[in-house]
Amino acid sequence: MEKTAHIFEYKTLALTLAGLLIMTGVTVGAAYIDLGWVNVWIALAIASIKASLVLVVFMHMKFEGRALRWSFLSTVGFLAVMIGFTFWDVAFR
Amino acid sequence: MEAVKSFYDTPVPARFTGMLSWLITLDHKRIALMYLFAILFWFLLAVLLGGAIRLELMFPGANIMHADLYNSAFTLHGVIMIFLFIIPALPAVFGNFFLPIHIGADDVYFPRLNLLSWYLYMTGGVIAIVSLFSDGFPDTGWTFYVPFSISTHTNVSTAVFAAFILGFSSMLTGLNFITTIHKMRVKTMGWLQMPLFTWSLYATSWVQLLATPVITITLVLVMVERVFNVGLFDPARGGDPILYQHLFWIYSHPAVYIMILPGMGVISEIIPVFARKSIFGYKAIVASSMAIAIAGSLVWAHHMYTSGMSDTAVFVFSLLTFVVAIPSAIKVFSWVATLYKGAIQMTPPLFLSLCFIYLFSVGGLTGLVLGAAGANIHVHDTHFVVAHFHFTMFGGTGFAFFAALHYWWPKMFGRMYDFKKAYAAAVLVTAGFMLHYVPMFVLGLQGMPRRYYDYLPQYAAGNFFAGFGAMFMILGIGLMMVNLMVSFRRAEAAGPDPWGGVTLEWTVPSPPPVHNFVTDPDVLDYPYDFSRVVAGAVKKSRGT
Amino acid sequence: MAPSDPSGKKMGMWLFLYTEIILFGGLFVLYAVYFARYTPDFIDGAALLDRGFGIVNTVILLVSSFFVAAGITAVRKGHTRIVLAGLWGALACGAIFLVNKYVEWGHKFENGIYPGSETLVDSPGGLNLFFGLYYVITGLHGLHILIGMSLLAVCLVLVYRRKITAQQDALLENSGLYWHLVDLIWIFIFPLFYLVV
Repeated sequence: MEKTAHIFEYKTLALTLAGLLIMTGVTVGAAYIDLGWVNVWIALAIASIKASLVLVVFMHMKFEGRALRWSFLSTVGFLAVMIGFTFWDVAFR
Repeated sequence: MEAVKSFYDTPVPARFTGMLSWLITLDHKRIALMYLFAILFWFLLAVLLGGAIRLELMFPGANIMHADLYNSAFTLHGVIMIFLFIIPALPAVFGNFFLPIHIGADDVYFPRLNLLSWYLYMTGGVIAIVSLFSDGFPDTGWTFYVPFSISTHTNVSTAVFAAFILGFSSMLTGLNFITTIHKMRVKTMGWLQMPLFTWSLYATSWVQLLATPVITITLVLVMVERVFNVGLFDPARGGDPILYQHLFWIYSHPAVYIMILPGMGVISEIIPVFARKSIFGYKAIVASSMAIAIAGSLVWAHHMYTSGMSDTAVFVFSLLTFVVAIPSAIKVFSWVATLYKGAIQMTPPLFLSLCFIYLFSVGGLTGLVLGAAGANIHVHDTHFVVAHFHFTMFGGTGFAFFAALHYWWPKMFGRMYDFKKAYAAAVLVTAGFMLHYVPMFVLGLQGMPRRYYDYLPQYAAGNFFAGFGAMFMILGIGLMMVNLMVSFRRAEAAGPDPWGGVTLEWTVPSPPPVHNFVTDPDVLDYPYDFSRVVAGAVKKSRGT
Repeated sequence: MAPSDPSGKKMGMWLFLYTEIILFGGLFVLYAVYFARYTPDFIDGAALLDRGFGIVNTVILLVSSFFVAAGITAVRKGHTRIVLAGLWGALACGAIFLVNKYVEWGHKFENGIYPGSETLVDSPGGLNLFFGLYYVITGLHGLHILIGMSLLAVCLVLVYRRKITAQQDALLENSGLYWHLVDLIWIFIFPLFYLVV
């Protein structure tokens, strides 16, 4: 039951790398602009975009089915709960 | 049916014989039995420890142990029971043995990983034994709260390392089962045709997979703090000890669902068979299993109401705790509804399942008392808590384990045990259990703290009766085990289907052949369709 | 007893990756709380780290992920030499990363900044926690780089022995997934430790 293998062309991979390097530059640049508490959220947002590129392209998530997508999102969701729900405590002491 | 060789006679890989054919097996059934052997050892050891603890508490003052030894005794009892018995028992023994058969497969997806899980389990056990010596077993309680777990001179690092290793065993089993269920179901079996035990293992496996890493990192941090003194939980260095509790319970609360979900799955298998009736609300039970796994991951800080965390957190977690009780209740309703107007046949597995339903319900209801923030202030860290979790973990999972043993014994070993002694043992254990733990609810409400080797004179009567209950309970467990072991001496072989079951294990010989099936598995359209069983029984009773 | 569906091997690896995400996640819980509580100290801590090393290491890992991803494409197209180049490249990147880490940590040790050091014990709590988390998280991450490199090295040997081919690329694919995850984790570590302002 061999499906045709999923392949990203070298060019696509190189473009993805370029995107990742550019985003790295952006996040470093953003660190030179003091926006107070917004900085960390910008950094996390950019990191998430970079992570998505690695996930979707390098890790082939684009080709994967529901099971893997949903389970990945559930894992990240659980992580969000771990951090978020702890803040019910920490933020209101 | 012509004689098919059982898996006992055909090792996989074929070239090994004797002990090696067990120690280097890839057969999920042999791995299951190796787990059973070790798990029974740890269970019985921890029971005896519990007996020693109750003996100490039976009379005021220090009787057979002083405070330090007592602290290590209840820590050891907890660590063994939780990490070496309750968490692994149902998945590693009955999950391993029956999951592949239930879905029409010939093994799990990763047989070598399965064997590795067993070796990790055994290694964790050995390391736990090592931690008994030199500086002594930890005196921190199985919860290893900081700062005491960092400062105490007992063998915390070693014991915690044992739990760390055991965590990997649990995670890898979960990984294996999830992959097996996704990828190895026989073609004719869709998701909603899987047995409920399979569904319960699926839900459990996700919790094992995702929650266990949290305890892994938490235990690593304890070891790191003991060695490197980083200060992550030390207020003098900026740290917050309550964060340890958060991390600890982010695993350890879902862990109780790892413990109970497979048990509920076993009960969902047994009840329909002995009511000769399809399970009530199959889809509701499926949904509630997944709901328990999910909702159970949101409530951990109900163990922490008195820790010093914010009132907001107390409120939020208390609210969510009440929500998680709902899917559990759905299951109890479904089981009772299944029995209603069924053609009930009493057998030891059914009897134990009925005890489970009662004991677990009491445990669950007292959980609501604990989950209510206001009431919790009064009973936190008292014997009320001890009674609650023994009702759920022992009256629940423990009894489900007994029920599973009695239900699947003839399939695994090809022999049936004596029913009368099985009933006697079950009655003794249940009666002893009630006499043992009900006084603890009262003692807790009266204010007796947990984890104390001694108590005020007004608690003496309750502790005395509890001690008696412990003795009956231990006797009952002993009788149960002996009765099961003695079944090996019987000449008569158990047939493939002594109970009238409809899941796939009852279509194969007892014990099963190495690749599980003789002919292709014949999957029913609906997993609990008893029409054939009932028709067969009617025919038999009419003598046709 | 061959498994019926080989895609299960990949599923198994993804499931394992989820455990790694949660493992590091526990440490990020601590980071999140302490960052919120001690933001000024964390800013001071970040200023004491060498941003240059951080940037270089980030670039190195991104490039290494590219190499590994190219290796997968190559194996499926039968371009064995590119597979080998990809694996060698990723391994070289990993080695450089570890050398950088060693140098970075070495600098800090020389300046009295290490777990339990007098400097840190006497520092404000938030600064102590920043570096405590820095060492634990980057230490655990470094361990995972080593594990990932070991997996890639095994793949390298098997490619030479022609045991990894277009038809049998599961081990390479899974090793690649592991490596990408290690990169993913660093993508978050980098800004949280080196770019706090």
